[in-house]
Amino acid sequence: MAEIEIKNLHKSFGDFVAVKNSNLIIENKEFFVLLGPSGCGKTTTLRMIAGLELPTSGNIYLDKEDVGYLRASQRDIAFVFQLFALYPHMNVRNNLAFPLKMQKLSRSEVDAKVLEAAKLLRIDHLLKSKVSSLAGGDRQRVALGRALVRRPKAFLMDEPLGTLDAEFRELMCLELRKLHDDIDATTVYVTHDQQEAMSMADRIAVMNEGVVLQADSPKVIYNKPKTKFVANFIGSPGMNFIPINEKISPSQSSIKLLDSSLNIPEQKEGTDSNENFLGVRPENLKLVSENGVKGNVFGVEYLGSRKILTIETQLGNIKIRVDSDTQVNINEQIQFDTLNNNQIIFDGSNDKALQSEFMS
Amino acid sequence: MDTSRSPLEATGFSRKLAATIIIVYMVVTLIPITWMVATSFKSVDSAISYPPEVFFEPSLEGYVNLFTNRSRQPKDYLDSLPPPDTWYEELVRSREMVITGPSKFLPRYSNSLIIGFGATFFSVFLGSLAAYALSRFKVPLKDDLLFFILSTRMFPPIAVAVPIFIMYRKLGLGDTHVGMIILYTVVNLSLSVWLLKGFMDEIPREYEEAAMIDGYSRMQAFFKVVLPQATTGIAATAIFCMIFSWNEYAFAVLLTQFNAQTAPPFIPTIIGEGGLDWPAIGAGTTLFLIPVMIFTVVLRKHLLRGITFGAVRK
Repeated sequence: MAEIEIKNLHKSFGDFVAVKNSNLIIENKEFFVLLGPSGCGKTTTLRMIAGLELPTSGNIYLDKEDVGYLRASQRDIAFVFQLFALYPHMNVRNNLAFPLKMQKLSRSEVDAKVLEAAKLLRIDHLLKSKVSSLAGGDRQRVALGRALVRRPKAFLMDEPLGTLDAEFRELMCLELRKLHDDIDATTVYVTHDQQEAMSMADRIAVMNEGVVLQADSPKVIYNKPKTKFVANFIGSPGMNFIPINEKISPSQSSIKLLDSSLNIPEQKEGTDSNENFLGVRPENLKLVSENGVKGNVFGVEYLGSRKILTIETQLGNIKIRVDSDTQVNINEQIQFDTLNNNQIIFDGSNDKALQSEFMS
Repeated sequence: MDTSRSPLEATGFSRKLAATIIIVYMVVTLIPITWMVATSFKSVDSAISYPPEVFFEPSLEGYVNLFTNRSRQPKDYLDSLPPPDTWYEELVRSREMVITGPSKFLPRYSNSLIIGFGATFFSVFLGSLAAYALSRFKVPLKDDLLFFILSTRMFPPIAVAVPIFIMYRKLGLGDTHVGMIILYTVVNLSLSVWLLKGFMDEIPREYEEAAMIDGYSRMQAFFKVVLPQATTGIAATAIFCMIFSWNEYAFAVLLTQFNAQTAPPFIPTIIGEGGLDWPAIGAGTTLFLIPVMIFTVVLRKHLLRGITFGAVRK
């Protein structure tokens, strides 16, 4: 297993820049997720690690060895494709044995390794089946089996659960994570689904427009997003952004909202811009009976364990998460306030979060 | 109203109509072939009798005449000969002739097989390599190149017969197997490249990428992973190439004579040898039909998908 380091990685296709000077370190035995909307460069990054694309510039180190410009076959990594890419003209056993056939192993060694991988994934009863007769989840397992059968240095997965139905996807998330732990793998996993990312990852790198915006544990990504994009992309619904029309200075600990003032974590940085944003997650707001920000209930989404209220205020639409037994009616006048001191100020000029007591 | 049936399904009437049309078409196309096969089993007299005989006594005279050269002899000479050893000698004697040796049909027929299958193999092999490259790689001027390849089929090949005849004479390729294989391969390549490129485009790149990550070179991935999945396309393309090379007449007449002559220019020459021997011609054409028929039947399950390829996305 291995550590993967990406240094100043850059990839352009003609005029289109897919990945812009990205830097990442993926540690040994880590389950690392590249998360972002489609076209953000996450798959291109993964394909460069695999050797399916060559970087325009920059380096990729696998166990300190520069592999950025080597052929895919020389890197000792495995790749699981979104559409599995199981060879339809071979049965399950031959699909699993295919990567081993290049390694000049004896037949009994190949058989033993195939059986071991199949048992690990509980597909040993399917070895003689045709690939086309398998159900989606089993195809997924065969694809994983083909990846792990030769015990490569790292596993790369490109939205491998994307084509499974929702029920299977949750199950496979658990299985994938367990498999990763069982075989001490280093895994780089690409997805656009934040739930998959949050539930499996040790660390998540959020990408947008070819840039790695933040690489941190799911908890840090969620609670302390470094940019407005990350704050909005992670969480459903995303973070509320309330415009603040004042310049923020270091050590400031309250801001004016409409005609009242609001305590915020003590700031360590200031802004040059007069137009900034207060970021607050829907679950960090609460309904109050007095002294809150006033608004009208615009919409109520019932989500079983909770309700998401959309409140129309002078500051724009704001979402609040409340218990599902909270009684509110559309168009009702309500007031809300912050629940704790977990607010983040985003600099309006560059959308970056300011350092504060909370954000540090 | 019957609602148990999907509105998209054919009604009973249209099914019957379709079946009728197919049967009528089949009869129309099969009558000449049936007549030809029947003629091959008639005697020379029965073949030219009028009104035509639908029911007749079968005879292998046509096949014997096809495979042998014979000469007519006076009755007293035939009587002086020892009795015939074989059934076909006996048949020939009964026509007051003796066998003077094997005819050229067998060598011509094997020339056809060598050149037909050889040209088909190279058309498909080179075509699939070119199609793969044009499908996967950034080739400079790719569209122009593809158009050029197609344009070689925009005139009938025989239009360039004279330059090819002169070139072949200078290169010593006239009347050789190699020359004919090269010629038919070249004519077939444009069709082969275009057909196969369509199939290659439909095979997702992930398959060869998976193989390359698993330690295979691109060439190995092509042979082990891409080609097996292009079987349908290869089969369809091979049938088209085979039918062309097998049936080709004009170039064969022009460029081959003794060594590499194929069956199509040979069969008509049977007419000239000792009167109109229709059973022998029937036998020649019947045997000529068989390889291409077997080839098509063997590959037929791929053919239907092959000629409708790309019509429906999977």
